[in-house]
Formats: sequence, structure tokens, C-alpha cells
Amino acid sequence: MTVKLPIYMDNHATTRVDPRVVEKMLPYFSEIYGNAASKTHAFGRAAEEAVDKARVQLAKAIGASSDKEIVITSGATESDNLAIKGVAHMHREKGDHLITVCTEHKAVLDSHHALEREGFRTTFLKVKPDGLVDLAELEAAMTDQTILVSIMAVNNEIGVVQPLAEIGKLCKKRGILFFCDAAQAVGKIELNVEEMGIDLLAFTAHKMYGPKGIGALYVRRKNPRVRLEAMMHGGGHERGLRSGTLAVPLIVAFGEAAELITVNQAEETARLLALRERLWSGLQSQLQHIFLNGHATQRAPGSLNVSFAYVEGESLLMGISEIAVSSGSACTSASLEPSYVLKALGVDDELAHTSIRFGIGRFNTEEEIDYTIERVVDVVTRLREMSPLWEMVQEGIDLRTVNWTGH
Amino acid sequence: MAYSEKVLDHYNNPRNVGALPKDDPSVGTGVVGAPECGDVMKLQIKVGANGVIEDARFKTFGCGSAIASSSLATEWVKGKTLAEAALIRNTDIVQELNLPPIKIHCSVLAEDAIRAALADFAAKQEKNA
Ligand SMILES: Cc1ncc(COP(=O)(O)O)c(C=O)c1O
Ligand code: FES
Repeated sequence: MTVKLPIYMDNHATTRVDPRVVEKMLPYFSEIYGNAASKTHAFGRAAEEAVDKARVQLAKAIGASSDKEIVITSGATESDNLAIKGVAHMHREKGDHLITVCTEHKAVLDSHHALEREGFRTTFLKVKPDGLVDLAELEAAMTDQTILVSIMAVNNEIGVVQPLAEIGKLCKKRGILFFCDAAQAVGKIELNVEEMGIDLLAFTAHKMYGPKGIGALYVRRKNPRVRLEAMMHGGGHERGLRSGTLAVPLIVAFGEAAELITVNQAEETARLLALRERLWSGLQSQLQHIFLNGHATQRAPGSLNVSFAYVEGESLLMGISEIAVSSGSACTSASLEPSYVLKALGVDDELAHTSIRFGIGRFNTEEEIDYTIERVVDVVTRLREMSPLWEMVQEGIDLRTVNWTGH
Repeated sequence: MAYSEKVLDHYNNPRNVGALPKDDPSVGTGVVGAPECGDVMKLQIKVGANGVIEDARFKTFGCGSAIASSSLATEWVKGKTLAEAALIRNTDIVQELNLPPIKIHCSVLAEDAIRAALADFAAKQEKNA
């Protein structure tokens, strides 16, 4: 087998910039380097033109009806903050209640926590064991005081896709704004803010084969016109919503990355699905006691999160160190807490410690998948041989009946 | 996380993995930790008539540092008397393996496992006395 090592299979964390994107971006460092706000000379106008083009590409990728609805930011974290705090601050008179889900990204959760310190109230919805929100629970949580529902498109740990169109409908019915963190979704699933009733949507270039440090917030201008309070004050860029000189090369790259997904999405989705299926069936055919975390089919095509019972995740990562993946194990986190997302699904702590997230992306090959299967099977088998839990299970001991001396 | 050479060595070539017959009166078994915490260590010692630890075995569910700590612990207890083995401290393991602060608890677990194995052996002796 001729696979080039190391293998990158952590595409939820970030992605490699597509070479076509790099090529488009480079001239904007040393040739077309004007400030897009300098409308009085050719340098500035060339930069502005490039930004305008990118804005159209970005709008198209999410089905927005106008490029004026795209606010450029530094990434999804900023977009999340701007959407949630911006809506809350603008609509304080209308209500003080927000709804989100406990499996959201920290940027969303912590924005709500910050608002709670200002006196807002948040309902953090639980999820079903498959990771999806219960629409009846969402509807029941809505009150006359609710001003915003924030629910992500694709979960960054387990890859499940929330029922966005249904959520959009429920929000519309109650006249509540719907914000969607789509950082992991753009380019991975079909997204259309019009069809899905999304009023605000966050996305970021580095998860879609673009560079780090650039993102956007879609802000609906019609039915309804969404108003936000800005967080960054200054020169009034981005229609006053986000001041700061535009990062033209990064914006050009972001636009090109969006262009590439709109051209190739169906093909890419089919290819990623086939690779994921190959990985999952390969692992399943050779290992017992492995479990898929999150809904089996309602998931982004390249996402696979698997618990390898009786094998702690960090020790597994160490054994397959030439393959870049990540784990929900406590041992890999600074807090020594297992993944809060897996916990929310009701995955037992002991299984959360054994979870591995595979993020298959545009540049992964079938050979890499086969190599990964072989290595994971080898290392899991070796580690199980040295696992006291595996030994007990082989002896027929039910681990739940053991009197552990845990701390 | 960058692992020290010694952690990598123990992880890749763990010493004394396996099991000793736990009902044997000359064997002491310690099992510490809990699956929910992400770490369980089993350490066993086999004690000769002269009170010297002749053999040791371990199995560990835990991170690489936990595996290395328990592997090292089995190496260290072999050839020691029970009293000497009781003097092994987690700080010695931290130093030998160059563990970062966040991995200190893995070494604590190894010390606990040694003590649990010694206690189990002592309890068996008492019962048979
Ligand atoms: C769902 C989700 N939201 C937000 C972010 C943050 O994005 P950024 O790195 O662009 O700030 C990420 C990426 O880590 C993510 O996966
Ligand atoms: S066993 Fe969890 S950090 Fe070592």
C-alpha cells in the first residue's frame, strides 16, 4: 500500500486550503492590495470589486437572495457572538428569552451565558439520543418573550444534521428569529436560507477549504428585515455592523472556496458518503463492541464518530499517531471532562472516553481509508489485550456491577 | 500533547502486560480507578516465600501516560520486598517518565494500584494465617 503519511482526517477541526483557492488569493497580497474602502482611486476600487464578487459567491452558496445580506467577520466565533448578542441587545424591549441547544458550539453556548449575566434568560434544549432536537420540545419552549432560537446545522463533534426547515417553520409561526451556526455545514449539506426559513447564519472559510480568520454572518434583509446591534465600532464598514478594514485576500479566498462548493457539491457529497461507508463497514466487520454516536443517516457525509468500547481514546490516538483524528475522551481535554456533546446524547461516560471523531474531507482517498481501518483495528485489538475492562467482559463480568474505586 | 521518549517506549513496548491467577494465595491484585473516569488500572504482584516480589503484571484502560505509569510500576516492584514496594511514590513515576502536570493523576493511580495490590496480598495472608 502506498499511502503518504501522516494522514489528515480531522476535517471538522479545520481543512486544508484548496490549491485553487490559494492561487486566486495570492495576487491580492502584492498586486491588488488597495483598501476596499478607498473608493477614490483604482487600487481601492479593484479591491472593492473583488470583495463584491466574493460577496455574491458567498450569498449564492447559502441561497441568500442578496449579497447585501452578507456581513464579513473573522470567523464563525465572531459571527455567533454578533448574531446572538446583536439580536438580543437590539430586541431587549421585545423580550428577554432565548432558546438554544446544549450540544451547540461553545461560541454559541458562551454567548448565551454572557447574556444571562446581563439578565437574559436562556432555555438550553436537550437532544434525543440520536443528537437531534425534539421539535415538540422546541415548540413548547417558545414563549411570547422569546426573541431568538439558535440551532446549529451540523454538529462539530458528531456530525448530525438538525431538521432546519422544520425549525424555521416553527420560528416563523411564532415570529421568532432563527439563527443557525452553519460552520460545519456549508459545502457539506444542501443549505438554503430562503427554503429553510433561516434569518441569520454563521459560516467560516477554514471549514470549507478556505483560509483561517475569515467568516461571515448572513443577516436577512426581507421578511423580516433583521436588525442587530454592532459589537465592533469604528469606520462603519459592513453597513455599520462590523467595522474594520476588510481582509481582501482572505475574502477573495473565502468567495472562491464558496464557488468551488457550489460547482461540485453533489459529486463531492457522493464521494464522501462512499468513503465514510467504507470506513464504517470496514471497522464494523473487524471489531466487536463499537458504537456509532449520533443519528445513522441524518449526518454530514464525511462525519463519523465511533466509540471503541474498553479502549481509552487518547491511548488509541497515540497508537495511530500517523493519522490525525480527534477524541471525545477526557484525557485529551484540558478540563479532563469527557465531551459534553456525547454526554448530552446520553452516551455513558465510559463510552465517551473511548470515542474517536473521523472527519473525512475533500482530499482524503480510498487508500487512506483502508490504511486507517487497518491501523485502527490493529491498535484497538492490541489495547484491548491490555485493557482490564476487556478482560472482565471476556470473563462475563458485568462492568456495572463492579464496585469501582473511582474518584 | 508531546509525549516523552520514556512514555512512548512504555506505550509501544509495555512491560509485564497480562494477568496472574488472582485466587493464588501468593498473588495480590489491585484494581483502581473507574471506567466513567476514563482510567482503570489492574496491577498484580506475586510474592515469594522470602517476602520478595517475584513477578508483576498489569492491565490498564487509560491514556498513554497511565499505561506507561503502570508498566513502569510493574518494573519497579519486581525484586523489591513488600516494604520497599510500599515506598514507591507517584512523584518518582512523574520524574522518571517526565509527565506534565495534567498527567500527574495517572501516576497517582499507579501508586494507588501498587498499594491496593499490597493490601490485597496482606489480606490474603491474614486470612490464611
Ligand atoms: C459549529 C462551529 N461553530 C463555530 C466554530 C468556530 O469557528 P471559527 O474557528 O471560524 O471561529 C466552529 C469551529 O471550531 C464550529 O465547528
Ligand atoms: S488516564 Fe486520563 S489522563 Fe491519564
